[in-house]
Amino acid sequence: MASTFLQAQSFLDVLYIVAFALFIQGLRGLSGPTTAVRGNRIAAVGMTIAVIATLLNRNEGNWGLIVLGIALGTAVGVPAARQVKMTAMPQMVALFNGVGGGAVFLISWSEFRLTHGYQGTATYITIFSLFAAIVGSVSFWGSNIAFGKLQEIIPGRPISLGSGQQIVNLLLLILAVAAAVDIASGAHSQGLFIGMLVCAALLGNAVVFPIGGADMPVVISMLNAFTGLSAAATGIALNNPALIVAGMIVGASGSILTNLMAVAMNRSIPAIVAGGFGGGGAVEGASGAGEHAGTVRSTSAADAAIQLAYANRVVIVPGYGMAVAQAQHAVRELTKELEKRQVEVSYAIHPVAGRMPGHMNVLLAEADVPYDQLKEMEEANQEFGRTDVSLVIGANDVTNPAAKNTPSSPIYGMPILEVSNSHSVIVIKRSMNPGFAGIENELYYEPETTMLFGDAKTAVSEITAELAQL
Amino acid sequence: MILASTLTTNLAILVLAGFIGFVVISKVPNTLHTPLMSGTNAIHGIVLLGGLLIVGLSGNGTFNKVILVIAIAFGTINVVGGFLVTDRMLEMFKSKPKSGDGGSGGEKGS
Repeated sequence: MASTFLQAQSFLDVLYIVAFALFIQGLRGLSGPTTAVRGNRIAAVGMTIAVIATLLNRNEGNWGLIVLGIALGTAVGVPAARQVKMTAMPQMVALFNGVGGGAVFLISWSEFRLTHGYQGTATYITIFSLFAAIVGSVSFWGSNIAFGKLQEIIPGRPISLGSGQQIVNLLLLILAVAAAVDIASGAHSQGLFIGMLVCAALLGNAVVFPIGGADMPVVISMLNAFTGLSAAATGIALNNPALIVAGMIVGASGSILTNLMAVAMNRSIPAIVAGGFGGGGAVEGASGAGEHAGTVRSTSAADAAIQLAYANRVVIVPGYGMAVAQAQHAVRELTKELEKRQVEVSYAIHPVAGRMPGHMNVLLAEADVPYDQLKEMEEANQEFGRTDVSLVIGANDVTNPAAKNTPSSPIYGMPILEVSNSHSVIVIKRSMNPGFAGIENELYYEPETTMLFGDAKTAVSEITAELAQL
Repeated sequence: MILASTLTTNLAILVLAGFIGFVVISKVPNTLHTPLMSGTNAIHGIVLLGGLLIVGLSGNGTFNKVILVIAIAFGTINVVGGFLVTDRMLEMFKSKPKSGDGGSGGEKGS
């Protein structure tokens, strides 16, 4: 009797509702660093309940296969999650996102095969299943390419077919949709289904290959949204409320983040997807380079140390260059040394610092920087006016005053950290090479700015050493 | 008729979930966007359920069994890996007791 009760569909539905309520409650916990750990665990409990509910359903069988699949997944997922470095987080998220998309399209494919081409299936179920197959496949391949680029297995620079790229993408999309329409209107050929998956796979490759490294935060967010939406579609096809809610929330989350990143970079999402920014921007920037008559003043670690030691307020502006140089721990040491001297130190974080939304915060948290020292852009901008020294480490375009002052600049309109409002600025940079967007940074020519050339980690460590001797 | 009502119910759930998602996610500060992304990433691993449901149905041939095992494995990687890695990140955001010099030795060399 007990087992019949546990297997009743209404009981399972209640479990699914509990599960998605826990997802929402868990995500609410992410609204603050102190409640976030618990929030994530609440969501994980929700997931466990959803899995248990599914395993209880009366049709369940093939336990061997289920155990095999879960064991394989755990054997891969757990060590990967435990060992990944925080700098490698974007590619880890891309990879996890990719396998999620992979699961979606494989599930649709197995549905197709099980029903011999959706025979006896309601049309709407067919449509949602096909949608999931296409989007899941795009997401799987797109995420894997993003992973390859971030991991530097594939060159990070944009690789594209040139001006024909968009036509090819459009053609692939039309082919995939046409195949889907054909299947939905009664074609049962598996060849057609596979052809549709292949078109979607090629589309996933074709969309991400032309995108340069710096646009990756947007792409990863977008693919995350895609996988979420495809999961929601799978949920409708399988009539499973937990899947629908979870998938849709992820879709919403991914969309919000994608939009946020695009705004922070002053780029439109279609322009990024259309691709080739890295190349285009560089050309524009190159033509604008060399116009500057201003002079650049360089400084030494010893002078920088003195300047910092006698400041009351220092704001550190970290950029991706800091992460690449693995300088976050060195920066933390510098902060400690300054705090010993009663210097007030905070960090100004641009939304696109790092390679995914909020990446810089994670890197600094890893180096034990208390999160209340991390200031978001708006808050930081209000404080530059009363800042003695801004220390810019490996950040470039996000500090460029041209975004505010020069309407002809390609980055005009992009929200920036207004470091030039502070009394003095020290920029640690390898050389005078322009940043990712290939645009000359006017900040370097301003009278209050001095440049400290060198590797971020070495330079910061040198300043710390000099400070200790003062 | 029954099918139609299932569809509309599910569409209603979908739309409401979308709005709730927007409201809840909008409250997450920039600081936590990376953990948010990897956490939501883990949540969409829920497609695992799809694999579990279909593998239970009768009539799956060998090839279907193979792709379903892969799908379940993929979903599990997504869920387990996603939650673990998010937990790791969020633990770092907890304010820790001051430990003299924990900094530069933390990362494995390279």
